[in-house]
Amino acid sequence: MSDVVLETRDLVKHFPLTRGIVFKKQYGAVQAVDGVNLQLRRGETLGIVGESGCGKSTLARMLVGLETPTSGDLFVQGRNMSKVGAEERRRGRRNIQLVMQDPYTSLNPRMTVGDIIGEPFEVHPDVVPKGKRRAKVQELLDLVGLNPDHINRYPHQFSGGQRQRIGIARALALNPEIILCDEPVSALDVSIQAQVINLLEKLQAELGLSYIFIAHDLSVVRHIADRVAVMYLGKIIEIGTEDEIYDKPTHPYTQALLSAVPVPDPKLRGQRDQIVLTGDVPSPANPPSGCRFRTRCWKAQDICAEQEPLLVVRDKSDHPSACHFAEVRDVVHATE
Amino acid sequence: MSTDVNVKMDALAGVDPNALPLQVKNLHVEFRTRNGIAHAVNGVSFDLRAGETRAILGESGCGKSVTAQAIMGILDTPPGFITGGEILYRGVDLLKLPESERRKVRANRIAMIFQDALSALNPVFTVGFQLAELFRKHRGMSRKDAKARAIELLDLVKIPAASQRVNDYPHQFSGGMRQRVMIAMALALDPEVLIADEPTTALDVTVQAQIMALLAELQRERNMGLVLITHDMGVVADVADQISVMYAGRVIEEAGVNDIYASPAHPYTKGLLESIPRLDLKGHELSAIKGLPPMLTNIPPGCAFNPRCRYAQEVCRQDPAPPLYQVSPSRTAACHFWKEVKGDE
Repeated sequence: MSDVVLETRDLVKHFPLTRGIVFKKQYGAVQAVDGVNLQLRRGETLGIVGESGCGKSTLARMLVGLETPTSGDLFVQGRNMSKVGAEERRRGRRNIQLVMQDPYTSLNPRMTVGDIIGEPFEVHPDVVPKGKRRAKVQELLDLVGLNPDHINRYPHQFSGGQRQRIGIARALALNPEIILCDEPVSALDVSIQAQVINLLEKLQAELGLSYIFIAHDLSVVRHIADRVAVMYLGKIIEIGTEDEIYDKPTHPYTQALLSAVPVPDPKLRGQRDQIVLTGDVPSPANPPSGCRFRTRCWKAQDICAEQEPLLVVRDKSDHPSACHFAEVRDVVHATE
Repeated sequence: MSTDVNVKMDALAGVDPNALPLQVKNLHVEFRTRNGIAHAVNGVSFDLRAGETRAILGESGCGKSVTAQAIMGILDTPPGFITGGEILYRGVDLLKLPESERRKVRANRIAMIFQDALSALNPVFTVGFQLAELFRKHRGMSRKDAKARAIELLDLVKIPAASQRVNDYPHQFSGGMRQRVMIAMALALDPEVLIADEPTTALDVTVQAQIMALLAELQRERNMGLVLITHDMGVVADVADQISVMYAGRVIEEAGVNDIYASPAHPYTKGLLESIPRLDLKGHELSAIKGLPPMLTNIPPGCAFNPRCRYAQEVCRQDPAPPLYQVSPSRTAACHFWKEVKGDE
């Protein structure tokens, strides 16, 4: 049990939709995250994939405490963060840090790199004594592959990849055990992307970090993750090890998602088993009854509208999948 | 009624129907900024045949979008200036045409799809109005006929309930639908060349698959030439026939799609291909290209890629930059050591 560093139980976040200014009335809610159960083990990387609007960023914000869950529990190292007092919660947050998506807007342009990376020490002064902070910041810069002498520079003097390194250094400042990466490389060019992914992997090996890695790029997630959770409209619809999800996907949405990823090999053109979904993701303010994917699913039957499929292991799959008709279909190497 | 739509109303002098629909020859574009002159495009050349898809592949700042803007004649001048080269549409050099003639080519013969459909569409007009405007201005149609054509177009790009959606504003469409509207707009006047500048970068993968399938279908039907500007090696492998890889404003490698993926002849192309996460290399470190792309105001002498290149020798650091060597009859690479690069796989 001590192996689990982070756990969520039925985590829910609904954003109310209101009408009126003086007499506010709630007439609905955007069900951004609707009952998510996750476990993150020590030293592992859990990938979360899904399309825009599926709730992955809201989930991330709840995990780091930027958003208060509507209901459900979040355990960080066994402590229930929604039950503990403010002081303990503040200290608990130290262990889970966020690397943000856009390195151009997530760094304050008026602060030097030293101030940006050192700012967490203002909030948590007991981590590093005052006199040693500058040295610690330089150590962090060195750790993420930046020149420690650049401590007095401003963010605009760095390139996108270097800025993302600054963001990573800031996340590492408080010696956290868990790093949450919300689309850390999607704003970067391919050649720079690889540098940042390598850095993240190196840091994990050196510091024994656990990662939650949120991304929409499925090949990047496959490269870095040990386990993968697939989200659709606020729910996890399939979860398993990286091999199980990519080689033996059982949920139709996972299959469609994987088959839509272009493969950088022209020889496979026209030979892949491509599933092109019709329509758009329904509004999370008014999700379909039963299975939320049924409106776009080619397997949908009456039962899918009546009964919500649970995220459980079924006969024809070896890992949890939220589909009544879960069945393995290899879409990635269907040609071989 | 609608048959005369495909007759080009605006005749263009000197068009040779047997010449290629698009040829770019030694194009140079620079941006005169306060911080010096940025050499965004430095001698780009490529040909496009009817029905062919040419991918222009490169990272941000390599000059691929500027090339597209120059072809369309929508470059911001100043600060951007075309300082040399030719852009030929069926033998007519567009750069020599006056703006009034140029307008006959734009949308009519060469059309463009932009990356971000929400900012490319006008938020205060309905999509129907924006589509109909094309027919009214370029074809002299009445409002009513133009609107009927707009509905046909929305239908063509598979927007459900087109006759109702035609009265909607761009913000009422989802990202994928908006990109469909953009495609409809680009195809409205039946162009021979379509330039798609990162058409799916802002979209999710499942929607990307829908849009790319739609583009391919329409291209096949109309035998249209497509210039696909992108940084996504996966999309390129899926749809392109010919590829031009750009780096620091130059085409550094040009080849057919199979050749380039099987045996890249330029170290940059090779580095790009190797930095994509691959199944069989899981658990290994990705082989990243070290360093950063150069500033366009300060491109290193010799080969622009030499500071990041593992093959670089003294000759690479000296001007002139390596020319495009003929690797095989159908492909070229701008690297002095292309034999070594191509050989050791």
